[in-house]
Amino acid sequence: MSSNRQAAASSPWRAPILFAVLAILFVLEGTVRNGLFSGSWNTALAILNMGLISAITALGVNMQWGYAGLFNTGVVGFLAIGGLAPVLVSLPPVEGAWAAGGPRLIGSLLVGLGTLALAKIVYTRTRRAWAVALVLIAGFVAYRWLFDPAVSAIEANDSARTGNIGGLGLPVLLSWLVGGAFAAAAAWAVGKVALGLRSDYLAIATLGIGEIIVAVLRNEDWLARGVKNVASIPRPVPYEIDLQQNPAFVDFAGRWGLGVAEASGIWVKLCYLSLFLVVLLAIILLAQLALKSPWGRMMRAIRDNEVAAEAMGKDVTARHLQIFVLGSAVIGIAGAMMITLDGLMAPNGYNPLRYTFLIWVMVIVGGSGNNWGSVLGAILIWFLWIKVEVWGPNLIGVLVGPLPDGDIKAHLLGSAPHMRFIAMGLVLLLVLRFAPRGLVPEK
Amino acid sequence: MDILNALVAFLNFVFIPAAAYGAQLALGALGVTLIYGILRFSNFAHGDTMAFGTAITILTTWGMQSLGISLGPLPTALLALPVGIAATALLVLGTDRAVYRFYRVQKAAPIIFVMASVGVMFVMNGLTRLVIGVDEQRFDDGARFIIAVRDFREWSGLAEGLALRSTQALTVVVTAIVCAALFWFLNRTKAGKAMRAYSDNEDLALLSGIDPERVVRLTWIIAAALMTIAGVLYGLDKSFRPFNYFQILLPIFAAAIVGGLGSPVGAIAGGFLVAFSEVAVTYPWVKVAGYLFPGWEPGGLLQLLGTEYKFAVSFVILIVVLLFRPTGLFRGKSV
Amino acid sequence: MIQSQPQTTQPFLSAQAMRGGYGKADILHGCTLTVDQGQIAVIVGPNGAGKSTAMKAVFGMLPLREGRVTLGGQDITALSPQERVRKGMGFVPQTHNIFPTMTVEENLEMGAYIRDDDVRQTLAQVYDLFPAVAEKRRQAAGELSGGQRQQVAVGRALMTRPQLLMLDEPTAGVSPIVMDELFDRIIEVARTGISILMVEQNARQALEIADIGYVLVQGANRYTDTGEALLADPEVRRTFLGG
Repeated sequence: MSSNRQAAASSPWRAPILFAVLAILFVLEGTVRNGLFSGSWNTALAILNMGLISAITALGVNMQWGYAGLFNTGVVGFLAIGGLAPVLVSLPPVEGAWAAGGPRLIGSLLVGLGTLALAKIVYTRTRRAWAVALVLIAGFVAYRWLFDPAVSAIEANDSARTGNIGGLGLPVLLSWLVGGAFAAAAAWAVGKVALGLRSDYLAIATLGIGEIIVAVLRNEDWLARGVKNVASIPRPVPYEIDLQQNPAFVDFAGRWGLGVAEASGIWVKLCYLSLFLVVLLAIILLAQLALKSPWGRMMRAIRDNEVAAEAMGKDVTARHLQIFVLGSAVIGIAGAMMITLDGLMAPNGYNPLRYTFLIWVMVIVGGSGNNWGSVLGAILIWFLWIKVEVWGPNLIGVLVGPLPDGDIKAHLLGSAPHMRFIAMGLVLLLVLRFAPRGLVPEK
Repeated sequence: MDILNALVAFLNFVFIPAAAYGAQLALGALGVTLIYGILRFSNFAHGDTMAFGTAITILTTWGMQSLGISLGPLPTALLALPVGIAATALLVLGTDRAVYRFYRVQKAAPIIFVMASVGVMFVMNGLTRLVIGVDEQRFDDGARFIIAVRDFREWSGLAEGLALRSTQALTVVVTAIVCAALFWFLNRTKAGKAMRAYSDNEDLALLSGIDPERVVRLTWIIAAALMTIAGVLYGLDKSFRPFNYFQILLPIFAAAIVGGLGSPVGAIAGGFLVAFSEVAVTYPWVKVAGYLFPGWEPGGLLQLLGTEYKFAVSFVILIVVLLFRPTGLFRGKSV
Repeated sequence: MIQSQPQTTQPFLSAQAMRGGYGKADILHGCTLTVDQGQIAVIVGPNGAGKSTAMKAVFGMLPLREGRVTLGGQDITALSPQERVRKGMGFVPQTHNIFPTMTVEENLEMGAYIRDDDVRQTLAQVYDLFPAVAEKRRQAAGELSGGQRQQVAVGRALMTRPQLLMLDEPTAGVSPIVMDELFDRIIEVARTGISILMVEQNARQALEIADIGYVLVQGANRYTDTGEALLADPEVRRTFLGG
């Protein structure tokens, strides 16, 4: 068994063949119309685009897990905080919001951060709990005194349409970097506390920060309108409706023999696709270069034998913090890209099963420690995740076809969508056990 | 009078809900801490296993109700509980056989166990959805209140009312019984002592002739009972929604870590600490303050944090413990 | 059964020509150890000589490539450590040899885990042997001093009423006074007819109480003699006992 795996791992054709299989799946999805595939290029490209974003997320997770063995269970939170960036960067400023309470709001946030910093200084200088508590209480009161009226004023400002602080009106592509920076900052705070302790602690702490970030997005209406959602986030690519009204494009679509509605959808998706590919390839390139550098060798040495690396004078915790922040930044970039693709910030959509643990399935299936493996695993698992939603009921429909109509048949049909959770869990467990190095193992 | 009113408001809105919630967290944290002590990993499937056990119990409850079986003033779910526990025990034993045992033999790193538990979490989540769906379910029957607000007002003549729901009282009583039984088992029986010995020093337990697989099986069965009871009590108290059981994982972990992973006493203390902090921080104190300081207009709700952020409380407690005392209050396993 | 075999030709424990190690490289290269009933046998030697490894091999914690181990005339080479405990062997590891959060009494009870009969008499014997820990029977073993912890560890191993007690550096990390006290207790144990096999860093003091001493070098016997004779041997003194 293990010798087989070894042999397969050494085959240079393994990854290209798997990617070719993946490509065939997408071509089938785009061209063949039957019970398995939709036969629509629009659908195929939509799956692929989201697959690429998942791939970037998986790359971030793979940096943390594959390079350093860090288990981040708050992926959903880092995606969400990255998704905040397009809202704050690219939306046009909300009229009156800044005047209503902007400076006061910024002031309150600074007071909040300042309180934490001061508490830290007081603690290191005096080591007295009561002094720290005093600082924290005073700081909290000051923070709330500044924060509450500012928030009420901003949220009262045209609350039916906006009620949030608005954005800076900058290009949306810039927000992708900002999203990375947001996630990096959150990761630094968590990592600073939870790294260097027992390995499960990081998993638990990140689970917490993930839930809290999503809760903040849901409830802080001044920030991104909470569950009222922010729609119409500017796009970096043309709008379908503009294309459809552009005679040159109509002409172009006609030459390909496509309806103009379909053609415009495909065109927009191809534009996104190329943007995402550029980001993905850039990140892979940087990651591969980093991995081959002395820094990357050190990271792997630490992962493979923490004790020995520590004995050689490497500051393991500091390296872990570095890689944790970097990986989270990549996840944040993916989060910003996702919101840009959707054009919509809807905090209720951030479900940890879908955005944390499914990403983990992707990384493990693809091959932890291998960047191309993560990309392959991400796109493949995403494709299956979407298609199983269709295939499951179809399959059960075929299976229960002979049964008479009734409660049991209805229940079985209705339960089909839940099957994919079981299926994904089983895939994760089976790969972890029987092929722990994944589809494309680390070299 | 006003002091009494303030006290009643405090009992009604803070103390009683927090005590019930704390008892539920304590049972959950006990399960986490036992599994950590014996199997040495943080079980991420804990919440979803609780949900599964509760779902089976609910289905059994419905079956009993349709047969006309009831427990009078007590919820029928108590009668259905053994069925839920048995089903959950079978499930976790099967999981251990199919998943965790392999890694135990391999002596895999703890983080691999954690990851496997994530896979198990997915499967359990799907199973729960399969058997009961994703919607909210209420399954409490029997008497709703031990003390109703109106009765209390008439009896005491106070402006403030006090309610004690039967599910709240039941939660605390059942938790007390379960904890007493667990501690009796761990401290007085040979099998329980063997579990503690295994948790303390695995190699020496082996040398003493303790069968590790037997200890592990016993641990899963006890954990299954704790999980199902915690899940059913939580569901009776707050209604059953599978997703809530995933979210409760964070406060449960926080409780277990605050107490010191591997320490059963710590888990109970941690459960109540987390619950009381959560309720106290998210409760709007303006009413209590109004009774205590008549004439004071605070101009706000005196709520430190919105209820939406109750998980932040667990998180902050977790962070403070990790920063200052990573082994927890009761000195659990070393870092 | 034991009596049926002449003691002179068949020692109680006999480990003959043991070869083996953890990975591909052997650590033991033909190591032989024997202990007669009620004897104290001591293994000494430089660091890395394979002393602890030899103990583990005798106890079945190390797979042997060659050689065989017999106890009371019975071949136990293929048995697991747990099975050897049932055959009458007791083992006290060098470190992590107690259950720290359990009380002293519970530690001893766990030592007797495999026994189904009444253990109170054995418990009383152990408390007689170690009066200091008897006073602390309700206290967590992890809170005791180093010497007392070693006593608990030895007591735990005695709870199965072993015929052979194996001690891996019982005096590591304890003060000289406590060491003497421990050695006295070990002699007392041996007087009750229990054979003792132990590894010791404090070679000189250990050989003083040894009926038989083994000097191990690179996984093989270099010198084997009575403790007294080894102490008197100038070559042994110069090389292994520091003059």
